[in-house]
Amino acid sequence: MSLNHWLGALLVIAGMPFFFLGMLGLLRFPDAYTRLHALAKSDNVALGLVCLGLAVYSGSLITALKLLLIWLLMLVASAAGASLIGRTALARGIKPWGV
Amino acid sequence: MGALVLVFDGLLAAALIWLAWQATHTPGLFRAVISFIIFGLLMALAWVRLEAPDIALAEAAIGAGATGALLLSALGRLAVTDEAGTPWQERGDLYFWVPAGLALLGLLTLAAWQLPSPGLGEEVQASLAESGVENPVTAVLLNFRAFDTLLEIGVLLLATVAIWSLGRMPVPGVPAMTSPVLPALGRVLFPMFALVSVYLLWRGSHAPGGAFSAGAVMGAGGILTILAGAQPWLTGSAYGPWRILLSLGLAAMLGVALGVIALGQPFFAYPTDLAGPIVLLLELAAGLSIAMSLVALYLAGQPPASWNGESMRR
Repeated sequence: MSLNHWLGALLVIAGMPFFFLGMLGLLRFPDAYTRLHALAKSDNVALGLVCLGLAVYSGSLITALKLLLIWLLMLVASAAGASLIGRTALARGIKPWGV
Repeated sequence: MGALVLVFDGLLAAALIWLAWQATHTPGLFRAVISFIIFGLLMALAWVRLEAPDIALAEAAIGAGATGALLLSALGRLAVTDEAGTPWQERGDLYFWVPAGLALLGLLTLAAWQLPSPGLGEEVQASLAESGVENPVTAVLLNFRAFDTLLEIGVLLLATVAIWSLGRMPVPGVPAMTSPVLPALGRVLFPMFALVSVYLLWRGSHAPGGAFSAGAVMGAGGILTILAGAQPWLTGSAYGPWRILLSLGLAAMLGVALGVIALGQPFFAYPTDLAGPIVLLLELAAGLSIAMSLVALYLAGQPPASWNGESMRR
């Protein structure tokens, strides 16, 4: 195991708590809006760390660029998805928790 | 490392079976559809593990993406009834389906056991040089067994014809929500869809990819733009462009199949020196037809002759 392998593995592992917290929020938060809040943010950070870790692990520029593209597309998709789910919930008259 | 991979495969298999059960037996159609979409994604992962990236691409794009969109749009058009559809309550059914499922599993295991061991892989590799492409899957699909692909493209066209014959496209074809997010998403992502599908089409000649995955990605891009409120430029009372694009794949394949006879070849046997361009041409035609078919299936009926103004809402 060379240095970039260790560093890559460390970054991937560092992403795991964010996935775990996002999942915890999805399961335990009281309504659609708070769940979206938990998921849409932490998953993006987690995936970013995983992609960064894999890019460092691979040690190749072209792989790193592909992983960056995957992360950017995922950012766009999750932001748009969260916004659409939130708007649909509001349009259906679902009241935010505590309001 | 080997044990970890085994654990991963075991989890994947267990999740697939669980999701298949959820998709077919959960009360509530929305849950069932979501389970089906996740099933498609995990199935694509399973194909990757089985070292069949071509099928994985097709499964992710068609099985999870396009079929998921079809199911969700059908769900949106269903009348809102009670959430609890038909639950899996009758125990008598279990006494039939569990033994029947086990028997089917046994038969499939037996069949898989008796498959010829190296398969036809070596024969394909031996004749790969004559196929005009370097990817064995594309060589089989569009050269050695092009007749099968001709029939598959024909089935897609027939499905579209059947749907069009059922009547006009139901309205509204787009969600009633006014959100700037979806049009923006469509505008940002559609060039990516186009780029990826062209890349997949070109890549099919030497690596996993090809007409089916390219067509599915392009079709998914078309569905996204329609969801985002775009109006197709394919208009006109006679549906000329729709008809041409939908039948392009079948027409090109039939044309090639018969055309080679004029060159003194048997039915569907390409001349070796022309095989490369012919396969590329067929891939392009088939990919366009597959993309248009998926969009047409999503519209769930004959599109209006004009998308502007009143005729859209009738």
